[in-house]
Amino acid sequence: MGRLAGTSPDERPFPPGEYDVVVVGSGPGGLQTGYCLARSGITRSAVLSRDPAPGGMFRRWPVYQRLISWTKPDAPFAPGTREYEWYDHNSLVGDEPAHQALVRKFMDRSHDVPARGEMEAGLAAFAENVAVRYECEWLTTSRDENGFVIGTSDGEYRCRVCVFAIGVTEPWTAPIPGLDAAPHYADTRTPDRYRGKSVFIVGKRNSAFELAQGLLPWASRIVLASPRPVQTAVLAFSPLSIRYLSPYMEHIRGGSGSFVVDAAIERVERHADGYRIRASGTTWEGEIDLEADEVIAATGFRAPVRDLPAMGVAMVNDGRMPAQTPYWESVSVPGIYFAGNVMGASAGLRKHGATSSAGSVNGYRYNARVLARHIAEKHFGIASELPHFTRDEAVAFLLGELARAPELWIQKGYLARVVETEDGYREGGIVPLADHVDRDGGDSVAVTVEYAADGAVTPFVYVRRNGRLSEHALPTDPLHRFDTHEHRRQLDALISP
Amino acid sequence: MEAPADNYVDALSRLALFADLTHPQLEVVAHSFDEEVFAAGQRVIRQDVTGGGFYVILDGEAHVVIDGTERSRLMRGDFFGEISLLTDARPTADVIAATVLRCLIIPDTELKPFLLKQPTVMYRMLQIEARRLRAANAWDG
Repeated sequence: MGRLAGTSPDERPFPPGEYDVVVVGSGPGGLQTGYCLARSGITRSAVLSRDPAPGGMFRRWPVYQRLISWTKPDAPFAPGTREYEWYDHNSLVGDEPAHQALVRKFMDRSHDVPARGEMEAGLAAFAENVAVRYECEWLTTSRDENGFVIGTSDGEYRCRVCVFAIGVTEPWTAPIPGLDAAPHYADTRTPDRYRGKSVFIVGKRNSAFELAQGLLPWASRIVLASPRPVQTAVLAFSPLSIRYLSPYMEHIRGGSGSFVVDAAIERVERHADGYRIRASGTTWEGEIDLEADEVIAATGFRAPVRDLPAMGVAMVNDGRMPAQTPYWESVSVPGIYFAGNVMGASAGLRKHGATSSAGSVNGYRYNARVLARHIAEKHFGIASELPHFTRDEAVAFLLGELARAPELWIQKGYLARVVETEDGYREGGIVPLADHVDRDGGDSVAVTVEYAADGAVTPFVYVRRNGRLSEHALPTDPLHRFDTHEHRRQLDALISP
Repeated sequence: MEAPADNYVDALSRLALFADLTHPQLEVVAHSFDEEVFAAGQRVIRQDVTGGGFYVILDGEAHVVIDGTERSRLMRGDFFGEISLLTDARPTADVIAATVLRCLIIPDTELKPFLLKQPTVMYRMLQIEARRLRAANAWDG
């Protein structure tokens, strides 16, 4: 990773030394966080990356080169507006045209979702104006009296706060005896290599279905297996349903050569001609004893956390992700934050089991803004300048947010828009809903867009008055018009002292 | 200090609530329901806020707090949130992590189908609820 001796002087930014904040990573999460920190009022923040160029996982994945999240090059709102972001789930977000709606510029419009290379190009364009020290690899982490010491391939960085935007990119193989002899999704080759073969895929989530779809024209038989049944009701609302469900459709229609099986895999045995798989049914009684030419472990990824668990960072999801507070701080080591898709492990309120979009670009691009503001306020005493309102302005502002704010619509039940009502009316920014609900703050009103118990997209209002929080659902609307006269009337009544 | 990095299925298998489940059944639980880890002081269930789930403590301790007053303490193997789900009413207490707290979470909409599919878990849950009721009555008396 080091640079060759005798080449031109090192002109990369952020040499080793003392900083306020160090961000590790140059995928979308690191770029968005670096961009937001640079505008937060914190003067000394550095972004480091072991990669030679921006893009993170999108420099390589998805394996079959097509994303599952849409960007509509043309929409009812002009690119660059806040409203357009709801139509573009892949671009990072910024305050100037050079940082807005970039992915659409590279799409050839052959699909409604970008190709991997188009996504990477959009990220590279965003990164042109974000300073990153590339080819500087994070190696060790320790504490000192003022904060943290980040050991890298270029030397030591000292900082009060660090943000790890390291992706969930390290192949993780489930602890099944013998499965480690099989290649992981990450090592899958081109589909033609599986021509005429029987393939057993361990897993039934995104990566497993992506593989199965890609192998359909090539393999002679495909079996996907994992303990949990496919939740068809969930998949119907998932971007997966568009792209990867052909194998599942073949299976349920009794089609040719694709099987989706609910089974706990007990053992995988490698032999000269392939593999033998033994499994126990989970939603049915019985055993499986099966031969396959190829086995692929599509059991997911983990965050490459290096020595963080050894310094006390608690992990979750079978040790795959760092456990985080609502502000994406380690639950066990204050001062260590996470950004990018690792943020998905901070689940928020989980009302009715709803998970957030914190694990994908469309969600964590907003979290990064919230995080930068939080770090600036909490660790460096930099208060945001936020506008004051009249009462009517406050009501109109909140209704407009309920109707159109991409942060609330994409991060349903997770991010909230706040107006403080303690002493007049003052904008309170966008915050994690869990923080707003739990804080011991002054009087305030927050609005969110959420899934109600029956699944309907519903506007919610949280009112804190005299230390007591109350929760109110406003009427839902089949056309999602959440700024009607009735909504105004009800919101106005709730704000009344 | 090294944070505990427990295998999720192993952690589930040690709980009385799931003692009758076979290994494949435990695998389904582990693959169906998330675990979450809370910081000490973080709220897990909120008094008067809808949409909560059913929580089983895998590691750590929590306080049950009503109107700001601590009423009881929960530890590994204890569960909470079910009263609100079974009675379709808002939670009447906050549950707040007293230490770093690791829980299994079953969302409100999935508790009934889960218990109907796993009657041995339902029976164990009833036994524990009966003991709690007896203890509460003894206290009152």
